[in-house]
Amino acid sequence: MFENKNFWVYIETKEDGSAKNGGLELLGQAREMVDQVDEEVIALIIGNNVDKAVEQVKKYGATSAIAVTGDVYSEYNTDVYANAVVENVKEYQPNVILISATSLGRDLGPRVAGRLATGLTADCTSLGFEVDKKEVQWTRPAFGGNLMATIICADHRPQMGTVRPGVFERKEYEISPNFEVITKDIDFPQEKILSRIVEVIVDEDADNVDLEGAEIIVSGGRGLGKPENFKLIEELAEVLGGTVGSSRAAVDAGWISHAHQVGQTGKTVGPKLYIACGISGQIQHLAGMSGSDVIIAINKDENAPIFTVADYGIVGDLFTVVPKLTERIKKKKNL
Amino acid sequence: MNILVCVKQVPDTTEIRIDPVKKTLIRDGVPSILNTFDAFALEQALQLKDKNPANVKIVVASMGPKQAETMLRDCLAVGANSAYLITDRKFGGSDTYATSYILSKAMKKIEEEEGSFDMIFCGKQAIDGDTAQVGPELAEHLGLHQITYAINITLNEDNTTALITREVDEGKIVVEARIPVLVTFTKTDDLRFASIMNKMKSKKAEIKEINYEDLEGIDDTKIGLKGSPTRVVKSFTPDVKTDGIIIREDDPNEAFEKFAEELEKAKLY
Ligand SMILES: Cc1cc2nc3c(=O)[nH]c(=O)nc-3n(C[C@H](O)[C@H](O)[C@H](O)COP(=O)(O)OP(=O)(O)OC[C@H]3O[C@@H](n4cnc5c(N)ncnc54)[C@H](O)[C@@H]3O)c2cc1C
Ligand SMILES: Nc1ncnc2c1ncn2[C@@H]1O[C@H](COP(=O)(O)O)[C@@H](O)[C@H]1O
Repeated sequence: MFENKNFWVYIETKEDGSAKNGGLELLGQAREMVDQVDEEVIALIIGNNVDKAVEQVKKYGATSAIAVTGDVYSEYNTDVYANAVVENVKEYQPNVILISATSLGRDLGPRVAGRLATGLTADCTSLGFEVDKKEVQWTRPAFGGNLMATIICADHRPQMGTVRPGVFERKEYEISPNFEVITKDIDFPQEKILSRIVEVIVDEDADNVDLEGAEIIVSGGRGLGKPENFKLIEELAEVLGGTVGSSRAAVDAGWISHAHQVGQTGKTVGPKLYIACGISGQIQHLAGMSGSDVIIAINKDENAPIFTVADYGIVGDLFTVVPKLTERIKKKKNL
Repeated sequence: MNILVCVKQVPDTTEIRIDPVKKTLIRDGVPSILNTFDAFALEQALQLKDKNPANVKIVVASMGPKQAETMLRDCLAVGANSAYLITDRKFGGSDTYATSYILSKAMKKIEEEEGSFDMIFCGKQAIDGDTAQVGPELAEHLGLHQITYAINITLNEDNTTALITREVDEGKIVVEARIPVLVTFTKTDDLRFASIMNKMKSKKAEIKEINYEDLEGIDDTKIGLKGSPTRVVKSFTPDVKTDGIIIREDDPNEAFEKFAEELEKAKLY
């Protein structure tokens, strides 16, 4: 048996110091598992301003937090951050580390797992827990979403996994009476920092488009034909209170920014409702959205693979169906 | 400038279908290809070589079964200088930790032949496993720093640093990275095709093989199925929807009415 104890959740923060949703979602999921074995859920927060995130993790299920702060953490650097995680792991020996599978999480996770010589399961979409062994069963898609695999890490600790944002919901908990924040000051020598950011080309949309957190997504693909036609998608999204998504073909054509892209090389989403308009549904697109609760497809080709994942579909021209649908919903909602 | 590109042969996952009855993957007839993201990585290396043909050498290496030789030949045909196949029964069943460990040992061996590497390129992820972990884990084993999700790379004049554009959740980030460095690539411009001449030449080219015995001091507890911290305990095909309500009507108005009716019945708006 291992001595290792407690579930850690790595909390990624935004520019303003608040926590990203992915980490907060994992706190609740960790809490469900931990409550069966009477251990703690510890939020690990690294950054140069972490106060907002600390307040958030308290609410969403962490029973304590470790905060690593200092100027050296003001921008993300793999070596600097990995060192901070590993130092803490060595000191406290957690049983499990959960990391949200964002681009940062999937850069940091393998670096840390490599250094700790332990197993890491990538991009999980569901988690099980074997209480006796305190072992996590990590389930994830492979082969572009064609196969699901359940993976364990039996003989190494900590057990590590990255988990897709959006697959679990954030849950509020009563603030733990013993909640404490351990603040750590871990230095990293400047001369060992081997890369630096010279320019950030913020995708104006990246901050505003929250596909991962969206409950309703209306996506458009190459079937739209030209950039102006995204207006049809925007209008439908607006009457539904949804967010606009897209396929990669539309992004590559320059019709819409990358922030909107859903799929293997874009965002992985799990809304309550996903409407695909003029999207064929290639496996790389499905990989990012097949976990949606309800999928509606609008496509003029009845053999389009998108219909194999659709709960509702119409074989028809999106230029008639989409505006009509928008009108219908407007009327229904008295907009 | 000596560049190692790590490439993997994978089934073309866009061609894989699920047998709806047996619920297994239909792999028959599915072609094996060079992993898409590795093709991007190779293309980026080739573009550096285009700019400075005399001073850039590209070595490709793959761990896998004998049949991966075909893919390595394809890499030679588009312009890689030499190719290595890392193959041994003992390596089978390796997870990302074990794979990256073996690759790190093999790289040291290849360096004896080719000179030390200035940069290592990987794909962002292999499209069969989709883990995106081998690159960073390899960097860790080698003690190199890593730049992930690259879409473009240029070198400064004296080849001591690289400017790399990364595509991440927040947008694009340009970083200046000191060389040596390991870079993983996510996307690039169009790929090139090999000329018939080069294709023919590559058929006869030598693919150098590296086996277990060649890797001195390799730690047996870190390789293969036994050396892999993670283990697959179950695999299954995701449920495919067979009960979706798909409206096909010749008359568009009628189709729309039916469609809207279904959506309303389901209280979707
Ligand atoms: C390594 C790799 C990673 C990738 N990552 C992603 C990813 O993250 N996300 C992603 O989306 N793709 C990704 N792709 C690309 C993917 O394979 C497809 O090329 C892409 O999803 C196709 O986009 P599309 O469906 O918009 O275009 P198409 O495949 O061209 O489909 C357009 C569809 O619109 C329909 N249509 C046309 N006109 C109309 C009309 N008037 N009314 C109704 N329907 C109409 C057509 O019938 C067709 O089905 C990736 C590919 C690779 C190789
Ligand atoms: N068996 C292998 N041989 C050579 N390179 C590999 C191998 N497996 C993975 N890689 C490299 O690591 C990258 C990420 O793979 P993965 O972590 O499996 O998604 C790939 O794009 C390759 O560049």
